[in-house]
Amino acid sequence: MAYPVGMKSSIEKVELTRKNRLHSECPRMAPDEKAVLLKGFHPDFKDGDKLKLRCGVNKGERVPKVMAEYIEAPSRLDLASVDLSQADYKTDVLVIGGGGGGATAALTASENGADVLIATKLRLGDSNTIMAEGGIGAATYPEDSPVIHYIDTMVGGRFKNIPEVVEALVHDAPGIVSWLSGLGVNFDRKADGSYFAHMPAGHSAKRSHSIKDITGLEIMRALCDEVRNRQISVLEFSPAVELILDEEGRCAGAVLEDLDIGKKIVVEAGAVIMATGGMGRLHPNGFPTSNHYGATADGIVMASRAGAKLLYMEYVQYHPTGVAWPEQMLGLLLSEALRAQGAEVVNSDGEAFVNRLETRDALAAAILRECGQREKGAVTPTGVAGVWLDTPMIDLKCGPGTFLKRFAGIDHRFKKYGIDPSKEPLLVYPTQHYQNGGVKINVNGETNIPYLYMAGEVSGGVHGHNRLGSNSLQDIFVFGRRSGSHAAEFYRKSPAKKMVLNHVQAHTEELDALGLVTDKTSPLLLPDYKFEKALVSAQYSTDIGEAQ
Amino acid sequence: MKAVEIKKIPIYVMGKKFEVPEELTILKALEYSGFDIKRGCGCRGGVCGACATVYRRKGEYKINTGLACQTVIEPEINLVQLPFVSTRKSLIAIREVEPESLDIVKAYPELMRCMGCNTCTKSCPVDLKVMDYVSAVIRGDLAEVVELSIDCVMCGMCASRCPAELTPFNIALFVRRVYGMHMLPESEQLRSRLQEIEDGIYTEELTKLKTMLNDDMQARFLELQANKGASI
Ligand SMILES: Cc1cc2nc3c(=O)[nH]c(=O)nc-3n(C[C@H](O)[C@H](O)[C@H](O)COP(=O)(O)OP(=O)(O)OC[C@H]3O[C@@H](n4cnc5c(N)ncnc54)[C@H](O)[C@@H]3O)c2cc1C
Ligand code: SF4
Ligand code: SF4
Ligand code: FES
Repeated sequence: MAYPVGMKSSIEKVELTRKNRLHSECPRMAPDEKAVLLKGFHPDFKDGDKLKLRCGVNKGERVPKVMAEYIEAPSRLDLASVDLSQADYKTDVLVIGGGGGGATAALTASENGADVLIATKLRLGDSNTIMAEGGIGAATYPEDSPVIHYIDTMVGGRFKNIPEVVEALVHDAPGIVSWLSGLGVNFDRKADGSYFAHMPAGHSAKRSHSIKDITGLEIMRALCDEVRNRQISVLEFSPAVELILDEEGRCAGAVLEDLDIGKKIVVEAGAVIMATGGMGRLHPNGFPTSNHYGATADGIVMASRAGAKLLYMEYVQYHPTGVAWPEQMLGLLLSEALRAQGAEVVNSDGEAFVNRLETRDALAAAILRECGQREKGAVTPTGVAGVWLDTPMIDLKCGPGTFLKRFAGIDHRFKKYGIDPSKEPLLVYPTQHYQNGGVKINVNGETNIPYLYMAGEVSGGVHGHNRLGSNSLQDIFVFGRRSGSHAAEFYRKSPAKKMVLNHVQAHTEELDALGLVTDKTSPLLLPDYKFEKALVSAQYSTDIGEAQ
Repeated sequence: MKAVEIKKIPIYVMGKKFEVPEELTILKALEYSGFDIKRGCGCRGGVCGACATVYRRKGEYKINTGLACQTVIEPEINLVQLPFVSTRKSLIAIREVEPESLDIVKAYPELMRCMGCNTCTKSCPVDLKVMDYVSAVIRGDLAEVVELSIDCVMCGMCASRCPAELTPFNIALFVRRVYGMHMLPESEQLRSRLQEIEDGIYTEELTKLKTMLNDDMQARFLELQANKGASI
């Protein structure tokens, strides 16, 4: 299905302006200009899409509306159905979530001598990590340094990041590239063996290390293989549904739900590392998402119910360049590397309206403004508006064949639908991409609940209000390593006197007392796309487009 | 939402007929039909290989393979889900492998059963030259294996169709890890950066930055941005 006739006329306009645009870049925005744009058009600043939580330790925290709906819902766990006096599994360290953060934490805890069990919702490795295309950020180039990486990360995060945690990130990052290489990850290299890196938006140096456009896939395959080789126990299709505490409120394990047979599984653990990832499949603000099927914010729900403090949950990252056409790929992500390599963002008249290297928040807001208020979006037959990512510029700037060489995966996926991205631009619209906030952590990945750790997207503080591209993959490995080794050393050595789910009972009682009634239960585990809901993903972006 | 007229087409899921909007992917068609998807779905974006599936077009004898999240349905297509492909993998510790004397056939003796039938290549949903990388494994050309197999999504289709019962994707993963771990050169640049960090040469400046005023840091950032080179 190539581009329909209706969209062709806009593509012609893009082609007409391309030659001139090759030599003149749209200027970067001044800080105040950016602030005005964000205030006016970024969904984070839109009132009515955020609610203050009405219950639990995080009462008063502003969170996305959908997030509040799930945090304020009763537990999906029927307390009468579990017998905590009989643990089905006992382990030193329980890792919840089998993405990059979880696998790293498990490997590290195991290397450090702990007995480890991984419980995950889908298959080991089915995660956001496997989808990462762009790269992993680390200051390995001579002209770069951890100091510059620190500055970029803080500025990108609007100075709200926890300084010590960012220091840990930039300090460990180069070592992580080395660790991953040591696991057999085939990073892109230059002829002399040094790493190839590119400079994503918001960074001041070439820093993002990639493996073609399948960075996450290559890393996740190696991590899963290593988990299997070390024979670490893995329970697949067994998501956690609640954390278990001891009588002093310290973490003591989790209840899992076997997705195939529905059975509840009680795991007693000396420490729990939660690496459940993000929230995209809740579709905050009604946006499409780039996230995998299991990204339903379960970790946030379980942890806050158990008393863990949240930080910056209201800040959601919308990736500026989600696919808007073809329909079948709606919401999927087009890597930042495309822009780094030279592709500009232009409107339906072929005009560049924003610098291609603006930070994600600013670029997303600019696209929403272009498709909304300014009515300069190109509209698809299904009524979705978008702007053009001018991918043919890549070969024009870097030489014929560059696109195919660097972006074979993207090329392959679009060609299936009759679109050749090295010759035709791609229609894009912002897509929910990343949860900037999460459960507050310190430099060891510890939370305010003893024996409960967080690693990766579920945690909050590393990225402040806004994460820079390539910093998240780095985050999951740095804090996967840190939490894994800390937990392996400091897990509770003597069994908990008594395991309890009092906090779940208390949550139900609090909802009753507040008169909060809902037909939902949580955590959600998997989104419901049955019947007409299979099509909703196509409607989200239209709703937003029209709301503006 | 503008009212868009939805045209429906008939499909068969495990022999049962459903009417669903045209141009859906197989995955969305199953969901639209009302199936509760737990297995057979991961990234929904064509990279995790969880949704490997087989289907038959109307009137055709051929069984096609594909990724359910990437393949678009056609009228009267016959669908089925493949929730799991059982395979074997070698547990040899990659770190201890010596590439010079590497005997992959020892880890995967079934390699010698390959009869060059090319079924694996024909069944790969991401169009890899699977048979070619299997022959490269047998020849011991590890670089070629990396090159030809790097986009493998580990969907298992090749293994499930191989008449000689090989597991090409596990063999390729093994080779890629051996190659990445032992054959790629150490980067001098990275080594010296790690040394600098170990020597603590950034510690003092990082410590200062932690208490720096936001405006000052913003100013340094703008300076850095002004002086940075090209993005590639
Ligand atoms: C399309 C895409 C491209 C990206 N590109 C980049 C990039 O180029 N660079 C970069 O730095 N970042 C990138 N990111 C972001 C980055 O990949 C993720 O933020 C990061 O991988 C998250 O890792 P994680 O381990 O925290 O979570 P995930 O990798 O999502 O893993 C979470 C795991 O927990 C499981 N889980 C969820 N709930 C439960 C439960 N209740 N019980 C048990 N298990 C559960 C999930 O199934 C999953 O396996 C990208 C993200 C996406 C979606
Ligand atoms: S090589 Fe095999 S496992 Fe890999 S993508 Fe192709 S069919 Fe799937
Ligand atoms: S299908 Fe099996 S036997 Fe045939 S070429 Fe591929 S690996 Fe060899
Ligand atoms: S769901 Fe991951 S490849 Fe289809």
